Amino acid sequence: MLVLERRGESSTAIAIASPLLAIALTLATIAVLFALLGKNPLQALAVYFLDPLTDSYALQEMAVKATPLVLIGVGLSFCYLANVWNIGAEGQFLIGALSGGWLAVATHGTGAGPWVLPAMLVLGAVGGALYALIPAICKVRFGASEILVSLMLVYVADLLLDYLVRGPWRDPQGYNFPTTAEFDPVALLPAMIEGSRLHYGALIAVVVVIVATVVLGRTIRGFEIRLVGAASKAARFSGFDADRLVVTTFVISGVLAGLAGVIEIAGPVGHLQPAFSPGYGFTAIIVAFLGRLHPVGILFAALFLALTFIGGEGAQITLKVPLDLTKVFQGLLLFYVLACDSLVLYRIRLVMPQRRTADGIA
Amino acid sequence: MGLLESIVLAVLAASTPLLLAAAGELVAERAGVLNLGVEGMMIVGAACGFAAAWLTGSIVIGALAGIAAGTALAGVFALLTLGLAVNQVATGLALTILGVGLSGLIGAGFVGERIAGAPHLYIPGLTDIPFLGRILFGEDPFVYLSLAIVVGIWWFLYRTRAGLELRAIGDNPASAHALGLPVLRKRALAVLFGGACAGLGGAYLPLAYTPFWISGMTAGRGWIALALVVFASWQPGRLVAGAYLFGAVTILQLHAQGAGVGIPSQFMSSLPYLATILVLVVISRTRGRAGAAAPASLGTVFVPDR
Amino acid sequence: MLERAAEQGVPAPLLQAVGISKRFGDLLANDAIDLDLWPAEIHALLGENGAGKSTLVKIIYGLIQPSAGELRWMGRPVVLDGPAQARALGVGMVFQHFSLFENLTVAENVVLGLPPTESFAAVSARLAELSRAYGLPLDPKREVWRLSVGERQRIEIVRALMQNPKLLILDEPTAVLTPQEADRLFETLERLKGEGRAILYISHKLEEVKRLCDTATILRLGRKVATCDPRRETAASLARMMVGGEIGEVKSGAGRSAAGARLIVRDLSLEPDDPHGVRLDRVSLEVRGGEILGVAGVAGNGQDELFAALSGERLVDADAIHIDHRAVGNLSVNDRRRLGAAFVPEERLGHATAPRMSLSDNALLTGHAVTDMVRHGFINRAATLASVDRTTKTFDVRKSKRDPEAVSLSGGNLQKFVVGREILREPGILVVSQPTWGVDAGAAATVRQALLDLAARGAAVLVISQDLDELEEIADRIAVMFEGRMSAPLAAAQADRETIGLLMGGSSLKPREAAHAGA
Repeated sequence: MLVLERRGESSTAIAIASPLLAIALTLATIAVLFALLGKNPLQALAVYFLDPLTDSYALQEMAVKATPLVLIGVGLSFCYLANVWNIGAEGQFLIGALSGGWLAVATHGTGAGPWVLPAMLVLGAVGGALYALIPAICKVRFGASEILVSLMLVYVADLLLDYLVRGPWRDPQGYNFPTTAEFDPVALLPAMIEGSRLHYGALIAVVVVIVATVVLGRTIRGFEIRLVGAASKAARFSGFDADRLVVTTFVISGVLAGLAGVIEIAGPVGHLQPAFSPGYGFTAIIVAFLGRLHPVGILFAALFLALTFIGGEGAQITLKVPLDLTKVFQGLLLFYVLACDSLVLYRIRLVMPQRRTADGIA
Repeated sequence: MGLLESIVLAVLAASTPLLLAAAGELVAERAGVLNLGVEGMMIVGAACGFAAAWLTGSIVIGALAGIAAGTALAGVFALLTLGLAVNQVATGLALTILGVGLSGLIGAGFVGERIAGAPHLYIPGLTDIPFLGRILFGEDPFVYLSLAIVVGIWWFLYRTRAGLELRAIGDNPASAHALGLPVLRKRALAVLFGGACAGLGGAYLPLAYTPFWISGMTAGRGWIALALVVFASWQPGRLVAGAYLFGAVTILQLHAQGAGVGIPSQFMSSLPYLATILVLVVISRTRGRAGAAAPASLGTVFVPDR
Repeated sequence: MLERAAEQGVPAPLLQAVGISKRFGDLLANDAIDLDLWPAEIHALLGENGAGKSTLVKIIYGLIQPSAGELRWMGRPVVLDGPAQARALGVGMVFQHFSLFENLTVAENVVLGLPPTESFAAVSARLAELSRAYGLPLDPKREVWRLSVGERQRIEIVRALMQNPKLLILDEPTAVLTPQEADRLFETLERLKGEGRAILYISHKLEEVKRLCDTATILRLGRKVATCDPRRETAASLARMMVGGEIGEVKSGAGRSAAGARLIVRDLSLEPDDPHGVRLDRVSLEVRGGEILGVAGVAGNGQDELFAALSGERLVDADAIHIDHRAVGNLSVNDRRRLGAAFVPEERLGHATAPRMSLSDNALLTGHAVTDMVRHGFINRAATLASVDRTTKTFDVRKSKRDPEAVSLSGGNLQKFVVGREILREPGILVVSQPTWGVDAGAAATVRQALLDLAARGAAVLVISQDLDELEEIADRIAVMFEGRMSAPLAAAQADRETIGLLMGGSSLKPREAAHAGA
């Protein structure tokens, strides 16, 4: 049987190797799955993971898709490091998009000036933060599980988006499609390279990664977050208030998720419609763990998961495999990441049960 | 059939998947394991249940397939959280994400297909009793099975030695280990039972509630089931009351939508989720921050030394 | 041994451990240990923390399997697959950190330690009978969290006796008892011995072992050092065998002059924040500069709540606590640190330190508000590392590298670190809980000496401890906590064990009457 032995000192080498091992194990499992679906596993993996890397359009698309994942993932890492379980980032993402999108809809066709986009970004961040405050306050004031409350709010945000784009915000010239009008240019993020889809949101994401790395690694606030998560009683002894930190970390992740939402609609999407998010808020949970809750790790993890989105779309077209395979892939990846993380804390040993007789007399 | 009667019948049906899933989760949590993957186990149970029933034409085989699928996913969860001592919250999330993906993969070939839903009971004489007959003897068998499972759980927890051991493990796994109780094995069994119940609860949806498969058809019921366990303060009896309350909210908002009360349907649809939040806040508040009723070791990792 | 076997008419020991070794990773916890346990004998197992006592006992109780060696039960080799099997043979165990379930009843707790064959009703009946017969009264229907520590130990003992064991193992049973409760326990043990049972008695209290035990086996660093008759040894000779050398005597700071009161607590009342906690009831005390005030008491009588209120982890009325004549009851832990106070909690891992964080992070843990470790919100890594180096050097902290994780240090070295990190800041007031709980003799001596020296330099030191020997060694005055109330302090020179013991047991008798009652 398997026996876990606690390591005296956490292993740094394994801490870096474990996400890579997890990716390798996931690829192996996916290969088996492809074989079961009747595809050539190697060819299928190539379509999934190599083809997107060979073409510059797909590479840009990867950065576009990684942008919301980085923003949300970094925000979630603040929560998870502090042992605060915000799993409703998808809801905060949608509300951020709605808050910013409201301004784009309201100023549509009014010839408003270039203040619109910055104001949208601020509104998105504030909207996401306020929505994240709901589970935080339910937790701190009433002791309600932040896990369940934040998750329930995802469904509510989804329905609200659905209502708005089918009802009051629907484009009158939209042939009854549930969508808002295309945003005016002043409500859109400019492209970083002329004619490409890569927009300035990607730059914002990189800045967020740098700031988060400094805050978490170098400042007393970062220490507070890590300490509350690692040993709450010791944190209290250190003079930190865990309740306040629940609110702070929820607000940080709400701001970043909301920002990601408004960047998504002001960037690649350009309007509001139901289900405009392929579940970035949930995928970002995987990103956060695959990146080992470290901002730089999260940057790489987000690029990798963006690759799975693009590869999944490619595979759907060329291999005729269902798009849900991407979700399976992502779920498996999280499993393997968590399992491999166990190696950082424990040594795993195979132990043979001792020989014995029924009454214990050997 | 009168309106009230039809509402009661609809509430019973709507509550059953919640009750099944929550009952299983209650057992796992009494052993100290928090499995947030209920939604994932339910949706895979639903997909496998429908697929098996459509292929074989048998509701029973469909239900068994749902149970098997839920149990299998719970087995993966047990392997990670108990075998490798991985954080239970994160693993539960992974289970849900994986389950949603798997269900789409499994159900892809069955979109748009229909089956004959589970037949309702008919006991001559009894079912014909006005009003009560249809409710007590005229629903589909799963409705009564779910109640039997809850009674069985109550009996197991409070009337058997094995149930006492389970409660002891949930209270203090280190003490239980010191006494020689097989903590990890018992926790694993509790988790597997939880998975079986969640799988059955999920399978109920396409087998009896709406006899076809649509992607994402559990619609957060697994999460509501988790909230129900909190609502019930980990006591089987209160679970029934909670499940029927939520079933009632679901049905009432559907009737209100149908009646066209002028409120946008999306607002009515969000009622079960808002009700869940409200219930969590009220229950958590009245119990105080300490949450005395929760099993003392809930959600914590236990690694025995050897 | 043969002669003795013949003399008792027993062919072989009841339990014989032959060459038992146990390896945990790199650590050899037991190294070829031999042990013979005979019926009608109380056998002491002596050793410092980390000597391997608990490991050996867990092997005998079937909780862990030895890496090498074998156990023989009445001469026959046995492989114990688990505690149930050990119990079936006739081994009973009373754990130091009780193996009880707080939210279950006494009867349910007892049932869980028995084979599943006996009905619940039958167990309840037998439990009532047995607890009456041995004078260990228990209410089977009460939930454990409502019971005192002494009552909890009774459950453990009764649970073990319910199986009619031939061998009863007790792990540090008197650590949590008042002297009077300990006396009653000794009577029970003598009676069990008289019934022909073997008793394995684990302790590091030498006087107790000399008084009670027939044989003593001494372990040091996983090896057996000696087996002897403790009544023929002196406490000092036993201690030498345990430690493997002389223990430095702690030198009390002669000529300490008590200045004015620096820490004053007045009518401090506090509701517990967890449902199983203790309510503080109008606690008052004063600690003067230059003195050590000891707070004695059985664990769970409000010491944790007192520490939380003094440290500022729980806030109270401003006037309930004064530090150097400033009302601080409503100030945060860091505000109190800024006023020159320092605190060392009981729990080393998880409260005093974050186990999986480095020592430099753990230096930051109590130093961030009062040192140069943080500037403009940024952590000064050089300063945190320098603090670790200073503590390491001054207090001889042994570790594998410059800045390891807290969890990788031994108990004694970590305790030197957590005490040292506070003392190096030269606090004017130090509150320390269980300063030497579970640490080796060398580290204990270092810590106690550091506390005495700090007081000698004019600081007010409050020591909360369950260990009366420790308090008698270092405290100038001793007060006793019982059920959230604090007795008036007694001058340590005049405080006899009898009186303190009675106060620990909740007796509010005046010292003179107490002495009379004890006679």
